[in-house]
Formats: sequence, C-alpha cells, structure tokens
Amino acid sequence: MTPAFRRLAPFLWLGPAIALIGVVVLWPVVVMVQSSFQQIGGEGFVAGYNGTTNYAHLFDEPDFVSVLLRTVVWVIVVVGVTMLISLGLAQLFHQRFPGRRVTRWALIIPWAASVMMTALIFKWALDPNVGVINVILHHIGVVGKLGSNQADWLGNPTSALIWMMAVAIFVSLPFTTYAILSGLQGIPGDVYEAASLDGATSWKSYLRVTLPLLKPAILVATLINVINVFNSFPIIWEMTRGGPGYQTATSTIYMVDLKQGDVGQSASMSVINFLLVIVIVLVYLSTTRWKEQVDQ
Amino acid sequence: MITTTKPAPRLAARPGPARRARRPLRTWLVASAAYLIAIIFLLPYLEMFVIAGRPNNELGDATIFPSHFTFSNFTTLWAAGGLGGSIGTSLQIAAGATVIVLLVALPAAYCTARRRFRGRTAFLLLVLATQMFQPAAMLVGIQREFTNFGVPPTLSLIIINAGFNLAFAVWILNAFFSSIPVELEEASMVDGLGRVGALLRVTLPLAAPGIVTALIFTFISAWNEFLVALTLSLGESTSQQPLTVAINSYIGEYSVDWGHLFAAGLVATVPVIILFAFIERRVVSGLTAGAVK
Repeated sequence: MTPAFRRLAPFLWLGPAIALIGVVVLWPVVVMVQSSFQQIGGEGFVAGYNGTTNYAHLFDEPDFVSVLLRTVVWVIVVVGVTMLISLGLAQLFHQRFPGRRVTRWALIIPWAASVMMTALIFKWALDPNVGVINVILHHIGVVGKLGSNQADWLGNPTSALIWMMAVAIFVSLPFTTYAILSGLQGIPGDVYEAASLDGATSWKSYLRVTLPLLKPAILVATLINVINVFNSFPIIWEMTRGGPGYQTATSTIYMVDLKQGDVGQSASMSVINFLLVIVIVLVYLSTTRWKEQVDQ
Repeated sequence: MITTTKPAPRLAARPGPARRARRPLRTWLVASAAYLIAIIFLLPYLEMFVIAGRPNNELGDATIFPSHFTFSNFTTLWAAGGLGGSIGTSLQIAAGATVIVLLVALPAAYCTARRRFRGRTAFLLLVLATQMFQPAAMLVGIQREFTNFGVPPTLSLIIINAGFNLAFAVWILNAFFSSIPVELEEASMVDGLGRVGALLRVTLPLAAPGIVTALIFTFISAWNEFLVALTLSLGESTSQQPLTVAINSYIGEYSVDWGHLFAAGLVATVPVIILFAFIERRVVSGLTAGAVK
C-alpha cells in the first residue's frame, strides 16, 4: 500500500457517514442561510436576493421580541424544574426496594411515547367541558363550573403556558432522571463510607459528596435538555398552535408559522435560532472537555 | 426535669432488633413513593385507553370513567381513514432509516474505535455536532433541499431520520467496539478466519447488544418524529403520511374525533414503549457518550 492510500483508507470506512451528515445536516444549513437572504414566494419560487430585508422585516415584527423572550423563559423554567425534580427522582430510584425494575420501566414511558401523543392526551384532559383534569378539579371544587372560562386553561395565554411547561417537564424527566441515575451508579460506595465516618449527615454528604461527583452527568443532561427544549415543537403546536395570536409561541413555533407566508423571513428566523444553538454547543464542548475523553 | 432523666439507650448499643425493625419501614416508604410516581407516569397513557374505549355517545359526558367499554374505535380504525396505509408508511420510514444508520454507522464506529489517524478527532467532532443540531433548527433548509431535488416524502424522511440518528449509533457502537480486545480479533485471524471473517464472526456478535440498542433507538425515534414528517408530507393523502401526521386528521376544525384519535394513538405508542423497555439501560450511555464515560 502506498503511504497516501494508507492515510486515506480510514475515510473509506467513514465516507458513507460523512456523506449522510453532509446531505442531511450540513447542506440544509447552507440552503437555510442562503434562503434567509432571498425573497421567496409561498410556492417556494425564488424571486432573487434581497439582502438583509428578511432580517429587517423580522426585527420589525411586533411579536419578535416577545417570542424570543418567551423562548428564553420557556427553556430556563422547563430545564431548571426538570433538573431539580430529576435529582430527587434519581435519588429515590437509586434506593433498593422491591419492584424497582417495574417502577423504572413506568418512568421511561413518556420518553418512549411520541411527545405529540402526550401533548394530545393533555390537550384532551384540559378540555373545558369533559377533560378529565377539569372533571377532577370540578369534583374537588377548584373549578366552579365546567365549560366556563375558568376551565378553559388553554384559552388563557398564561395558564396555557404553565400547563405546556408542565407537559414539557413531564416528557423531559425520564431521560434526565436516567442520566443522573447512571451518574449515581458510577459513584463508588466507599466514598459515602468515608463521608459518614467523617460524621457527615445524609443531607450534608449529598451536598458535599454526591452533587460534586454528579457534576458531569448534570452538565450533559442540562445541555441535551436545553437543546431539546429549545427546539421543542409538538407540545405547543398540538395544545395551542402558539395562540391566541403569538402569545404562547416560542421561536420554533414562530418559525414554522412564518414558513407558511414568507419562506425567506422564516429562514432568517431559523438562522437566529441556529446561531443560538451553536453558542450552546460551543459552551458544551468547552465545558465538558470531550476531546480528552475520546482520545483516551 | 428533663436534664435529670437518664439518657436513652443508644440505638447502636443494640443493633439487632432495632435495625431490623427500622429498615423495612424506610424501604417501604421509599417503595410507596416510587410506586406513586410510577403510577403518575403511567396515568396519562392509561387515560388513552379510557377515552378510546368510551362509547361515542358518552364522549360528551363529564365523567372520569364511561358507563361501559367498547372496542368499536379500535375495529373501525382500519376501515375509516387509511390508517393501515399510514402504519405501512411509518414502518417504511422507521425501518429504512434503521437500515441506513446501521450500514453507515457500523464501519465508521469500527474504524474510529480501532485506529488512530489524522482526521479522527475532526470526524468525531462532526458527529457530536449533529447530535446537538435538531431537525427543527434547520427545517427550512431541509424542506427546500429535499423538495428542490424532488425527492419523494417517504424517501426524504428515511434519509433525514437516518442522518439525525447517526450520532447516537456511532457513539454507542464506538463504545462497544472499543471495549472488545483487539487480541481477540487477532487470535481468530491467526486461526485462519481472515480480517473480514474475524469482524463478522467475532467482533460483530460481541457488539450485538450495542447494535440492537442502536437499531431500536433509531427505529423509535424515526417512528415518533413529527415536525419534519408534518412539513414534508403535508400535501400527501392520509395513507401516504406517517402515523404521527395522519393521526392529526382526526382533529377537525370544529370537532375532534377523540375516540379514534386515541385508539390510533395506542396503536402508535404501545409497541414502541415495549421496544424501548429492552434498551432502557443502555440508551443513556449512547446519548451522553463523548462527554461522560
């Protein structure tokens, strides 16, 4: 074998993977950036380049700033609450008790099921007239009259957003809990023995021993959640379509909705979304020092 | 006075019966909390059964349970709106994506696990980057690329789902191949199997759990994918749409056919929950590999 062939041989093995990533991930980015500088009709017909007009129009949209702010709140609340609850759940499911396997299996269901189906279940359960959540709330006296405005949780932007955040947290819990659980399983038992010999109470040893050792798991779970929650679409789309108006839309919903009218402007919204994701990825790579791990 | 009372006997002084009595109590507290949480996680999906089994004339009743149960929503599912066709389309997309992922990820994972070469780190960085990018973030680009080239929706969805699940497969297979000692392969090559024979008869069988995990994970994620499917198959007839999209045809402008919707939802959900249970233990390591070992 010639040295040049020897050097290129690995790329015969990697070639198909690189081609697939090129077609599905890299090329769409190029098309997207290009489209964001083009005027494109509803049928996808390109009328030509129009410079930064799409971006200018996007920034002028009355809903643009509020949609971005809502996206930030959406991500912080959903990911933050998910992490807190998951830390508790992981601690619970890390204990030994009869039936642990079965309960862990129940825990993964929202992860395995499609998020769209879960969103539809909650949309039905919140139906003002017959939804099971409203029926129960009516029985215990929280909701006065079924079918009233009070029971129409998804018709009011604030309560709709809170319920949708709850659903987003619900579907994020399984992965996050499992990620932390696998972190917990990696902590050797003698670390705890040493801590209890030093007289640490269980709460103290959790804060001083467990949490620091869980840091890598928490970091990765947080970043994967941020990316998922940032791009989450089915929950809001199925439960409110971002409405009334754009009052419950995040940037992904807004982008999809813009696509129906103005593809170019929708592309510029995507580019902004995309830049935000890149910032997150760079933070991810620099904080986790992943390179040292793969080079081992 | 309190200060004059005798100190209570320390528990540590008689560990036998006291300990045995305390442990089960704590265990049962933990267990009941866990059972309660498990039920909370199950309830929404059990609720699908309750709605799907509700007779149509009771769908408007504000009751938690119907007065009786019917399976008519399940039986009429197949005749009504081409759901059988949608299941076929979803199966094609999920199976197609799974096959492509395996064909593409196996050589890449094997090569990066066994050899050190220039460009290896760059390649793994590229793979990691695709894991960070979701189809939603580049939807406009995906749609314009695939419609401009006139690729039919089902084929487009196969390729796109394969691309976005490649990272997981490469990571988990890379971890499995790395854990198989090279000496094992070399020994079987000496025994006359040859390089390809060693790969097929020794390495691949040992990596089987990783392969199955990658396979099921890709299948489920392609089966459940919604946004790209919705975008690319919007104008198609219901039977040409994957199940996640076709289910939405039960949602009309003025009324929703909840009975059929959740009967179809169960058909779409129950199989993947069972599949997922098989790979549950290994999935996290594939998703977080590259960052945490």
